[in-house]
Amino acid sequence: MQDWEMLLQDDYLEVAGRKFKSRLIIGSGKFKDFQQTKEVLEASGAEIITVAVRRVNITDPTKENLLDYIDPNKYLILPNTAGCYTAEEAIKTAMMAREATGINWVKLEVIGDKKTLLPDMEETYKAAKFLVKEGFVVLPYIFDDPVYAKKFEDIGCAAVMPLAAPIGSGLGLQNPYNLIFIKESISVPVIVDAGIGSATDIPPVMELGVDGILTNTALAEAKDPIKMAVAMKYATIAGRLAYLAGRMPKRTYAVPSSPTKGVPFKS
Amino acid sequence: MPKIILNGEEREIPREMTVMELLEEIGIKFREIGLAVAINEEVVPKSEYTTRKVKEGDKVEVVQLVGGG
Repeated sequence: MQDWEMLLQDDYLEVAGRKFKSRLIIGSGKFKDFQQTKEVLEASGAEIITVAVRRVNITDPTKENLLDYIDPNKYLILPNTAGCYTAEEAIKTAMMAREATGINWVKLEVIGDKKTLLPDMEETYKAAKFLVKEGFVVLPYIFDDPVYAKKFEDIGCAAVMPLAAPIGSGLGLQNPYNLIFIKESISVPVIVDAGIGSATDIPPVMELGVDGILTNTALAEAKDPIKMAVAMKYATIAGRLAYLAGRMPKRTYAVPSSPTKGVPFKS
Repeated sequence: MPKIILNGEEREIPREMTVMELLEEIGIKFREIGLAVAINEEVVPKSEYTTRKVKEGDKVEVVQLVGGG
């Protein structure tokens, strides 16, 4: 066991009663092939991987399937409702996802705008309410809006997934205060989804005390996705440990770290 | 021959057939995890694939799990 494993041995990301050692979740989109997806997943240490639900291409049904590469007994395969623009579409997609995955978990995404891919909170809320009643474990992708985050918790969502920045933007953490407010105002896990551009974007987010982080494009578009996956694994651990360790206060002016008395050759 | 709408496109099938037969007809391998079928916007449970018939005018959706974030 390594030093960090000792320090984090009782530290879990717990969603709907299920415990995960890794606080990093990865998306499976845009990789070169399924083999690379598998290697990145293994290198990242993630235990949850998101997938999308799409029509089978009838004219050219691909023989290869993502599920031939990722063992659903080993990893939680979390389907999303990406591409849905209304509650109704998202609900239907979630129903298909449940049948396709054999589990009732869904990363609920209802997008409101094609250019920014920002969530339509009203439609997301409607869909979440319905799906929770249907027995789904709902993890909604939301704005970093503390007021709405509380509403999603109140209707029974298992976690909330506020953005750090728009999907695929790689801009990194844009508004730390909203994430802090969200974390303070609710008790279900806060998993920051979207906006991570590199492993180095992760520690500042994790240090806020959020429970987990999801990233996809930063891995898929890295020059070397495997190296990035390893960097992200340790970045997530570093950020979590830094949060648990507790940072010093920020000050405007310098404070010496060496004794001010006894400096040689002083008169 | 019955006409159906399969994944948004009109298609003729040789006869009324079960969901399982349709999958075979269009060359889709059955899998317990990774596949789902809906008829007229209602999900068909896998336990009904060998009994549920696809009929004239049905809107059939066949989906799989693919890479996504």
